Amino acid sequence: MTTTTTTSTEPDAPAPSLLRFATAGSVDDGKSTLVGRLLHDTKSILADAYESVERASRSRGAETVDLALLTDGLRAEREQGITIDVAYRYFSTPRRTFILADCPGHVQYTRNAITGASTADALVVLVDARYGVVEQTRRHLAVAALLRVPHVIVAVNKIDLLDFAAGPFETIARRVRSHAEALGLPDVVAVPVSALHGDNVAVRSERTPWYEGPTVLEALETAPSVDEAAVAGAGGGAGAGGVGSAGDVAGAGEGLEASAGADARAGWRFPVQLVLRPQDAAIAPEFREYRGYAGQVAEGTVRVGDAVVVQPSGSRTTIAAIDTADGPLREAGAGRSVAVRLADDVDVARGDLLSSVDDAAPAARRFHAHVAWLAERPLRVRDRVLVQHGSAVVQAMVASIDGVLDIALPGGTLDSSIRAGHELLLNDIGVVELQLAQPLAVEDYGRHRRTGAFVLVDPQDGATLAAGTARAQAPGSASDAYVRI
Amino acid sequence: MTHHSPARASTLDVLESEGIHIIREAAGGARRPVLLFSGGKDSVVVLHLAAKAFWPGRVPFNLLHVDTGYNFDEVLDFRDRTVARLGLRLTVARVQDYIDDGRLRERPDGTRNPLQTIPLLDAIAGHGYDVVFGGARRDEEKARAKERVVSLRDEFGQWDPRQQRPELWNLYNARHLPGQHVRVFPLSNWTELDVWRYIARERIELPSLYFAHEREVLRRDGMWLAPHHSVRARAGEAAVARRVRYRTVGDASCTGAVESDAATLEQIIAEVASTRLTERGATRADDRLSEAAMEDRKKVGYF
Repeated sequence: MTTTTTTSTEPDAPAPSLLRFATAGSVDDGKSTLVGRLLHDTKSILADAYESVERASRSRGAETVDLALLTDGLRAEREQGITIDVAYRYFSTPRRTFILADCPGHVQYTRNAITGASTADALVVLVDARYGVVEQTRRHLAVAALLRVPHVIVAVNKIDLLDFAAGPFETIARRVRSHAEALGLPDVVAVPVSALHGDNVAVRSERTPWYEGPTVLEALETAPSVDEAAVAGAGGGAGAGGVGSAGDVAGAGEGLEASAGADARAGWRFPVQLVLRPQDAAIAPEFREYRGYAGQVAEGTVRVGDAVVVQPSGSRTTIAAIDTADGPLREAGAGRSVAVRLADDVDVARGDLLSSVDDAAPAARRFHAHVAWLAERPLRVRDRVLVQHGSAVVQAMVASIDGVLDIALPGGTLDSSIRAGHELLLNDIGVVELQLAQPLAVEDYGRHRRTGAFVLVDPQDGATLAAGTARAQAPGSASDAYVRI
Repeated sequence: MTHHSPARASTLDVLESEGIHIIREAAGGARRPVLLFSGGKDSVVVLHLAAKAFWPGRVPFNLLHVDTGYNFDEVLDFRDRTVARLGLRLTVARVQDYIDDGRLRERPDGTRNPLQTIPLLDAIAGHGYDVVFGGARRDEEKARAKERVVSLRDEFGQWDPRQQRPELWNLYNARHLPGQHVRVFPLSNWTELDVWRYIARERIELPSLYFAHEREVLRRDGMWLAPHHSVRARAGEAAVARRVRYRTVGDASCTGAVESDAATLEQIIAEVASTRLTERGATRADDRLSEAAMEDRKKVGYF
């Protein structure tokens, strides 16, 4: 049946989009209550779960239902009254579905906040209205800046304890804004909230008539997700994002003159996970000779006919076809898992990166990065680690540690807050230079959130040691394009 | 001119691509992967994603089912038909074998669900499986809410929440020492409703007991259990005919049916969307044992 369209008909409601967000806060600022409130007020708590929280609240002598208990996970945590680990929650409104990474504030706060923020489109930072911006707040804002979380919502909680007065909130909001601006956070909104009573969480409060901004839920419902943001930025003609120093370039180093025209297509990135060659395992005889490269589009939109450069080899070819089990595609956008076939018989393996030719990043054997150290033992110069970047795992050595981020320095940029330091301890964020055994196409994280990200792995026991974001140049370099995040 | 983006991806598109990415990533680094397949809806969806991940090849690893001996016949039939249709190989580890030769003893409460752990770990060690795919979802249960997509298990299959690796971006670290293995959960971020909507979208076949049907059931501990050689009526219990369906499909000794008229996927989606009870709370006796029942079972190597 064809639709009879008139200009005034409403289009079909789009399928709800997905937003991943994280919550971070320090001890006792009411984060669990806020999360419980969001779940409760969006009717995401089912009756049996609510009853078990009621029972638990009563058995602790509470008179009202303690919504914080909704997110209280493990027995080990309840027994010690702490939260150990990031917990994931799922809820939806008619406008959106949400994946919430709830990051506890006490133990291993940086580790948890970074884990949650790494996949987040938005970060909700809790601030206690009575204490305002504290060191933990600055740390969470720094994590958001470091990981380039596109949207930050600062929930200034417990305003009920300040009689819903505008003055204290506005003072905090000003401080948050100036701090965020120094860090280069593009989009920060402060919301006066009482998580306990529900004010401005999911429901607009009548007790803050002076506040005209969004509720926490409205801010989450309207924040563009990463995919949408990537699309919005597609006309910008991003330049080359390579992070290697020129002498270390192993692959083709062209692309620095990427066109900057308004309608230039942004480049795309496609890390190869698997080479699909079914041969005898083909589901039908016509696929016996099939050869495709499976992966998830990391950035941009891949189209049939696009020119391709293979990193780190530097080989060039074109996209011959884009395949899925549901049939071929003409193009595939960021986040889509597909297989591509190439026009020429070039050598491609798991861990290689396919890029659009016009802005391909050169593969390099050395690069600088911010490294958030998440292990108990320290990181020192000459330590040997594995770098996991996309599906590639490469041996590496710490060439130098150039400094450690000092969160205690208020109002600084990420780089002006770097103090001298020669080792990284648990929860430190440092600037590190890594030397690789094989070249990798690691890109500037500021421009390429997927291909600029990596983790460090212990070569002996396989433990994940650190989160890394590659950067275009060391601090103090002449150009501070990256510094201004 | 400006370039228009492709239509915005829906939640199901995002979850499907994420699941395929996880499966490819874990399989790509594995020596000997295996997929836990019971014929239940979540494992059916994982298998569907695996088939897409390796298209146009067959899924390049075996399936494994731990059969308590109390599984529903129609689910086992469905399991075997699905395996045959996809041209795959299934290994079945049987709790009954362990009971017969004395390695495991029946529990006083008659349920065999907790008895699956030892046969599972033996099968993993015996076949040398290093990556074990499962259909667990974080929205099922509060212990699962904290588990990683790629979850390291030691020689005893134990999950140690305090020693979990941070899981950053979409970079999954499945490295492990000899004797250890990783469990991989491609549906970590799916909700029950996502699973049903996806099954409807993809027209995925399921065992018939997920759909409303007449069945003799008896009431026990607030749940409808189907009489079975593991579930005999006790004094004061009488089997009655009810229109029911199963929301989860596990061992007949501890999986309850829910009263329902939802006979089609559309009706089930509507029912799940409006339910006021959690999936496991409504249907799983084993999770009612204590507040930390799942946490305890996971720590000793359960799924």
